[in-house]
Amino acid sequence: MRLLQVNKLVVEFPSRHGTLRAIDGISFDIAPGEILGVVGESGAGKSLTGASIIGLLEPPGRIASGSITLQGERIDQYSNDQMRHIRGRKIGAIFQDPLTSLNPLYTVGRQITETIQAHLPVSDDEAKQRAIRLLQDTGIPAAAERMDHYPHQFSGGMRQRVVIAMALAAEPQLIVADEPTTALDVSIQAQIIGLLKTICKDRGAAVMLITHDMGVIAETCDRVAVMYAGRIVEIGPVHEVINRPSHPYTSGLMASIPDMTSDRERLNQIDGAMPRLNAIPQGCAFNPRCPQVFERCKQERPELRPATATQAACWLIPGGAV
Amino acid sequence: MTQTWQRWWHSDLGYSFRTSPLAMAAALIAFVCIFCSVFAGWVSPTNPFDLATLELSDSRLPPAWMQGGSTHYLLGSDDQGRDILSALIYGARISLVVGVASVLVSVLVGVSMGLLAGYLGGWVDTVLMRLCDVMLSFPAILVALLIAGVGRALFPNADESLAFGVLIISISLTGWVQYARTVRGTTLVERNKEYVQAARVTGVSSGRIMLRHVLPNVLGPVMVLATIQVATAIITEATLSFLGVGVPPTSPSLGTLIRVGNDYLFSGEWWITIFPGLMLVLIALSVNLLGDWLRDALNPRLR
Amino acid sequence: MSSQALVVAHDLAKTFDVSAPWLNRVLEGKPRQLLHAVDGVSFEIERGTTLALVGESGCGKSTVARLLVGLYEPTRGGLRFGGQDAYAAFKSPEAKAMRKRIQMIFQDPYASLNPRWTVDAIIGEPLLEHGMIQDAAELQARVAELLQSVGLSALDMPKYPHQFSGGQRQRISIARALATAPEFLVCDEPTSALDVSVQAQVLNIMKDLQRERGLTYLFISHNLAVVRHVSDKVGVMYLGRLVELADKHTLFANPQHPYTRMLLDAIPKMHDTGRARTPVQGEVPNPLNPPTGCSFHPRCPLVTERCQTERPLLRELKGIKIACHAVS
Repeated sequence: MRLLQVNKLVVEFPSRHGTLRAIDGISFDIAPGEILGVVGESGAGKSLTGASIIGLLEPPGRIASGSITLQGERIDQYSNDQMRHIRGRKIGAIFQDPLTSLNPLYTVGRQITETIQAHLPVSDDEAKQRAIRLLQDTGIPAAAERMDHYPHQFSGGMRQRVVIAMALAAEPQLIVADEPTTALDVSIQAQIIGLLKTICKDRGAAVMLITHDMGVIAETCDRVAVMYAGRIVEIGPVHEVINRPSHPYTSGLMASIPDMTSDRERLNQIDGAMPRLNAIPQGCAFNPRCPQVFERCKQERPELRPATATQAACWLIPGGAV
Repeated sequence: MTQTWQRWWHSDLGYSFRTSPLAMAAALIAFVCIFCSVFAGWVSPTNPFDLATLELSDSRLPPAWMQGGSTHYLLGSDDQGRDILSALIYGARISLVVGVASVLVSVLVGVSMGLLAGYLGGWVDTVLMRLCDVMLSFPAILVALLIAGVGRALFPNADESLAFGVLIISISLTGWVQYARTVRGTTLVERNKEYVQAARVTGVSSGRIMLRHVLPNVLGPVMVLATIQVATAIITEATLSFLGVGVPPTSPSLGTLIRVGNDYLFSGEWWITIFPGLMLVLIALSVNLLGDWLRDALNPRLR
Repeated sequence: MSSQALVVAHDLAKTFDVSAPWLNRVLEGKPRQLLHAVDGVSFEIERGTTLALVGESGCGKSTVARLLVGLYEPTRGGLRFGGQDAYAAFKSPEAKAMRKRIQMIFQDPYASLNPRWTVDAIIGEPLLEHGMIQDAAELQARVAELLQSVGLSALDMPKYPHQFSGGQRQRISIARALATAPEFLVCDEPTSALDVSVQAQVLNIMKDLQRERGLTYLFISHNLAVVRHVSDKVGVMYLGRLVELADKHTLFANPQHPYTRMLLDAIPKMHDTGRARTPVQGEVPNPLNPPTGCSFHPRCPLVTERCQTERPLLRELKGIKIACHAVS
């Protein structure tokens, strides 16, 4: 059974200029233990997708239609109280800024044991032991002593490890990580993504990794979904999407990333910019910028359909709808 | 002009204004008060300070709707036969002039100090901030009383405009510190922004940077403060006039009227003091509400 | 030391006093704290080329950028620009002439343009400041020309910054920097805050402009892939010091310094995943309390006794410059 199933999710923001669709009918799923990357540029809607799944969508944003199913349970219409039980126990979250993810007034140990005891029926001692083990597993030296330290006494990379430990504390099946390494130095970044990968595989937790950094996706994920203007334009195994993309946006994106192996005079550029939410073109959202656009692209919006090695939402791909 | 007005009306700020009945009501009331004050000569039924028109026999008449009242004196008359309504309108004018003028002086002094302290830093900052601290340790009314009292003692035979000047300065001295602090804080933030650094790299002088780059960006909170402070300044002036150290008695403001009327309160002629009091509340409240709306409208988080 | 180079930095250093206020120090007995943000950096940039400075947080590259444009005064060391002593020039009445030739582009596209000014005022300011134009009509014409050279249009002149996207704002910053026809541009992480496809646009424009106008760039970045694309020479910084300075191809093909190697290894790569890596150790130490001797020694796989006590100097080695005891 699929661990997470998102079906035709639509997220809207009512505003004085009309209702803006930030996410326009996306569907994907995550298998147990799998690492799915969600990549896209700013404004594509990837953080909102993560927020909708965890149930932390800020009003006036709301889920207008579609469904989110976690282990067979529909969670998109849950009240805040119901989501509280899901968060931590079934879904863990890691955000970008480790400084604001931890409460500066409580010791790290207290925050982890609190998370454990909120969801699992264990004694104080058992919780403390588990917390120490978690800190050790995330690579924090002298874990037993550092339990009593405050967040400001840790460096950036160490703090992010604590956040990972906290996310895994109640043994969730799914971790949603929103730009977990963007605020970190390159050398630390490598350590953290390595850690994320091993610790999740060890515990059998699936990961939804949201980021704009294709290098991180390439190193960590099994599959990746490429988002554009609130829609998924391509989804598939990570190396296929990177090396044999079928959607013009994906191939344009890959070609514009400066890379350590190739030597080019000019980087490929996609002219223009992602459309604003109140000006999304009719038909395929990418059509004004697409080098291979034709008439149908401007009229009808394509759905995801199987392409060479991935699924892509593009009229260039022959065949029926998925 | 109309194009700017159109643009404002359709902007986010204009939208916020249009959808807030409280803000619109407050703006209307404030506008009416200001209009009446400015055009007092035309709006007011009589000129209460023109001694020739006063009729002593008409003194202490109750408001028109009560028994014994007359439509000539809509809100009644005071002990010298002055029409209360007219006195209100002229009094409001004085109050508003003093209130707005003292806020303008406060803003000028406070914003300049704040800019200098925030941008130049170092000992300039330290000296100015300690000055602010000293000012804050005195209660506002006491400062005003002190200045007003000293002014009178120094210039016992001063003419009216000097008295007004002293009054405006004494009220503005109570309020400038807030502006200095707020502007200093915002200046410290803006000073480190890259557009200021870009100007420095180009070689623009510090004075020009402060005035043309930083100042426009720090005025937002200042406008909110200033609006609310107009109300405070008017009440401070009323208090001082009530205590007898405010405006000269020949140009009574609302505070003076309240004081004069106070003596007749318990003999039953309540209208002489209540109506000026109500007017004061109306002006202060509407200006305050406008300031509140402005603060919420300009707050980026609430948008 | 060739005297042909346009920019010659010699032993530049900048120390910040970050001690607690005097009263606290006296009452709590706290010591003075000095932050050696830049600790003796020397390099040369030839006219028409790009030198990139890379490093992680706390390495001092942004401080070097600000030293080169005169936003900071150095604690020691000097800078020669076109044969002239730059810092003396900045303090003299001829400062304006020097400032015309050096300009800067910043990292944050949202903070680098004054939100209350229109685009034509922003780009026109350097022109007015240096008295380069005579009247309003000429100003409008020059601003329009500058906007077009970065791929925007003259119709954008009366607009405000918030009406533009991040990439467009960065282009406006570039147009402003080019207004005085400078010879040298210091670029402090100009594309780090931009999306990948927008970054490609901006980098392409920068390269085109360099070719057309013979510009010299100092390009600061933490992104090695971008650096590899734009630079001719690369300098790697760590805790305020240069550890390696080499021609781009040499550095990426054959990095010598252990820190450079570690950095190159750590970058997540799109097309070369799953390769063997040297395990990365530790984190960047606190710049207020740097290690003695070579500041990299606590994390270095080649550490020796000497590294803990003696600071290695930047020396020539087979055509590159490197500061390391182990590799010499």
